[in-house]
Amino acid sequence: MFDLAFVWATLIAVAVLAYVLLDGFDLGIGILFPLWGDDDEQTLAMSSIAPVWDGNQTWLVLGGGGLLAVFPLAYAIILPALYAPIFGMLLALVLRGVAFEFRGRTERRYLWNASFFVGSLVAALCQGITLGALLQGIPVEGRAYAGGWWDWLTPFSVVTGLALAAGYSMLGATWLVLKTTGALQARARRYARIAGAATLVLIGVFSLWTPLLQPEYMQRWFSWPAMLYVAPVPVLVLLCGAGLFTSLARGRELAPFLYAQGLFVLCYIGLGISFWPYIVPPSVSIREAAAPDSSLAFILVGALILLPLILGYTTYSYWVFRGKVRPGEGYH
Amino acid sequence: MDGLTALDLARLQFTFTVSFHIVFPAFSIGLASYLAVLEGLWLYTGRDVFMQAFRFWVKIFAVAFGMGVVSGVVMSYQFGTNWSVFSDRAGPVIGPLMGYEVLTAFFLEAGFLGVMLFGMNRVGRGLHFLATLLVAFGTLLSAFWILSVNSWMQTPAGYAMNEAGQYVPADWWQVIFNPSFPYRLVHMTLAAYLTTSFAVGAVGARHLLRDSSDPVARVMFSMAMWMAIAVAPLQVVVGDLHGLNTVEHQPAKIAAMEGHYETRAGAPLHLIGWPDSDAAETRYAISIPKAGSLILQHDPDARVLGLDNWPREDWPNVPLVFWSFRLMVGIGLAMVTIGVWSFVQRLRGRLYDARGLQRAAVWMGPSGFVAVLAGWIVTEVGRQPYTLYGLLRTADSASPVDTPAVGASLVAFIVIYTLVFGIGIYYALRLMGQTPAAVPVPDTEAGEAPGLGFTGIGRHSSQRQGVRGGRPLPQRPAAPTGGGRSDPERRRREEP
Ligand code: HDD
Ligand code: HEM
Ligand code: HEM
Repeated sequence: MFDLAFVWATLIAVAVLAYVLLDGFDLGIGILFPLWGDDDEQTLAMSSIAPVWDGNQTWLVLGGGGLLAVFPLAYAIILPALYAPIFGMLLALVLRGVAFEFRGRTERRYLWNASFFVGSLVAALCQGITLGALLQGIPVEGRAYAGGWWDWLTPFSVVTGLALAAGYSMLGATWLVLKTTGALQARARRYARIAGAATLVLIGVFSLWTPLLQPEYMQRWFSWPAMLYVAPVPVLVLLCGAGLFTSLARGRELAPFLYAQGLFVLCYIGLGISFWPYIVPPSVSIREAAAPDSSLAFILVGALILLPLILGYTTYSYWVFRGKVRPGEGYH
Repeated sequence: MDGLTALDLARLQFTFTVSFHIVFPAFSIGLASYLAVLEGLWLYTGRDVFMQAFRFWVKIFAVAFGMGVVSGVVMSYQFGTNWSVFSDRAGPVIGPLMGYEVLTAFFLEAGFLGVMLFGMNRVGRGLHFLATLLVAFGTLLSAFWILSVNSWMQTPAGYAMNEAGQYVPADWWQVIFNPSFPYRLVHMTLAAYLTTSFAVGAVGARHLLRDSSDPVARVMFSMAMWMAIAVAPLQVVVGDLHGLNTVEHQPAKIAAMEGHYETRAGAPLHLIGWPDSDAAETRYAISIPKAGSLILQHDPDARVLGLDNWPREDWPNVPLVFWSFRLMVGIGLAMVTIGVWSFVQRLRGRLYDARGLQRAAVWMGPSGFVAVLAGWIVTEVGRQPYTLYGLLRTADSASPVDTPAVGASLVAFIVIYTLVFGIGIYYALRLMGQTPAAVPVPDTEAGEAPGLGFTGIGRHSSQRQGVRGGRPLPQRPAAPTGGGRSDPERRRREEP
């Protein structure tokens, strides 16, 4: 059956995944920013993402704007429920976003080094907390959020926050392995290992904790025969983790980045399994939240034409800046 | 927070954040087009001045654009955090329009911005120019969609209501091209161009006052003054048409703009005065009899609706609308004056030495930003007490969020925005203070100071920069000051 609501749920999910995979590595570079070495090396790290970060972040705008367009009810429930972490994230993105342009405009670079680091870290933590709070479940009455304004803060959501920050750091470090040479690359390799290990541990904690949150999740993951279908996910996570470490040890440049991205894709699939078929678990299903078909169809036409174009020119702009980042090319 | 409700705080927060946001797009829409024109002229004529002006402004553009992006991302989530009822009920109509904005405009801008700022050496001139054009086109597309959204909130059309109480699209064409949209789109686009022209003109004028032979400052000033004479009068006409359209669709807003409390024939035009809503009259008014009817209905004896036509709770904040409107129109008329004055000086061949004009132009530098903000206040405050005009009240639009949460976020916004954007504006102003003619020409290595955003061209110039505009380059020494050619011969030829 061709159901617009589910087509759109898939598209929004893909947009959010694209966001995590793309902005993930540039946030990661910010999270590890104080560790990249001297001023030149920090500049190089920042230059490697300066031409692409804005495009990466646009996927977040698509995720949010898309949610408003096709699941307005979910948008109207989730955002007030997660008021504090959402604004935390937005303000953090302000702080880090301006650092790209401002850092080169002043002798007091430490100001914008700090805002880049703090902004990236807080944005990652808030995004993780948002995810954790969503998984925990959001109480709804009628068509509105019915909880308090601190409900999002729990030990579980803190763990998801930390897990995402560690995962982004891993992505950022492997990106720099790919884009740099010499001492900076060696440093990136070392941090990729540390961040990778932390990520795997936190994924483990997260995976064992999630089923305890709601009986539905438990059923999904630990009942027979459902277990059989979902079992490949954790197995592949372990294989990807192994691939990450061996490829780092062998001095490979592209493979660690791909393995790190693979880890994210797998975790994301796991999340999808837990969420299904809700958009605001456990209160609102995908279908309940959907806008009327006339809205869904109108924007779907555009999305089907424009998304391939967007992927095309985004690939082009990555291709223009392919290879090792050259000193003096970006900001100083 | 005593006295202030969550609703008041949410309104304050929206006003604060959107007012910061709009300042940057108004500048980046105009600058992106200006940069495309400069680069096109450079490619076409091969004259260095155009590339120097490009490199001067592209750094400022990058700063403004960066601030526009981060403040815009905040806006797109704020509908949900603070106006969730509005989002739920209007989402099926405005959501897809904003979705189209992301898909057509934001990705385009972001995708090619990197190439525009950093890619000159990597892609060559033709493709670089294409990237600049696409960024400029993206900013205009973005204005198209978001203004369609805003206009639909002012003059809703083409919708129906479903069982859940949501407004749903019935006819997309009517939704997008709702009655006030064409006027708002043209008026806002011209506003962005005028804002940029007066900012560029002020920078040009300031440097001419210091050194009237600076060839780059001359180009800036001259181009800006052409815009002033061409676009400012046009904007007055468009603004008038916009107002006539509003008479038809939002007469209460017009009554507030004009300070008309009483419905009457042969209504006066209040030039200035103090609208007092409690007394339902405009005090201390200096008025032209019958001119109000003449302007609004093009007939001196026509009947004009006053605010007495609507219950008191449906009135907007009249003095705010009244005075913001006068501020905008006053600036518009001042812009026309500058345009005419510069045209006269140009005809007399004294454009670059007219110190009075140049001083006035420096003063007018920020005027476009002020007019844009004033215009939006007229539009948005004049729409109150509704978010969807006539359909959904602002008081019924807000999220169920606790007052302390909104208060805390408002304080955080005020602190961070003031600091970050304050510093950003300071950096932009400092960049505007650099001597334009000292911007290195494309083929010199010297003068490429670290700290410049647009470093692509100077740095690796030996690789590709042998030919400009298809013609071989003359050899020239690196000139850290004075830019390209500073001989008087050349200078005379730069005068349009
Ligand atoms: C008339 C023009 C105009 C108006 C009224 C608005 N904007 Fe804006 N906006 C732009 C013109 C623009 C722009 C010129 O396209 C910007 C400025 C810098 C940029 O990157 O694009 C932009 C950036 C921008 C971004 C960042 C895009 C990115 O990541 O690249 C977002 C999410 C929004 N805006 C959203 C909004 C919302 C929700 C608004 C309504 C309150 C709004 N804008 C009003
Ligand atoms: C960018 C230029 C804009 C400016 C300067 C601006 C300004 C304002 C101001 C001053 C208010 C507060 C009015 C009041 O509470 O008295 C307001 C309210 C509002 N505006 Fe705009 N606005 C702009 C664009 C937009 C756009 C493009 C949209 C829609 C997409 C929009 C949607 C709203 C909404 C939803 C409110 C509700 C809050 C309220 O009514 O107080 N605005 N705006
Ligand atoms: C003297 C000439 C002008 C007239 C008669 C005029 C008229 C108007 C009117 C009637 C509105 C409100 C429309 C509505 O909400 O229904 C408006 C809004 C606005 N004006 Fe003007 N205006 C003039 C000059 C300017 C100038 C010089 C600028 C900026 C450089 C400007 C920028 C704006 C903006 C940004 C808005 C809000 C968006 C919109 O509704 O279009 N205006 N103007």
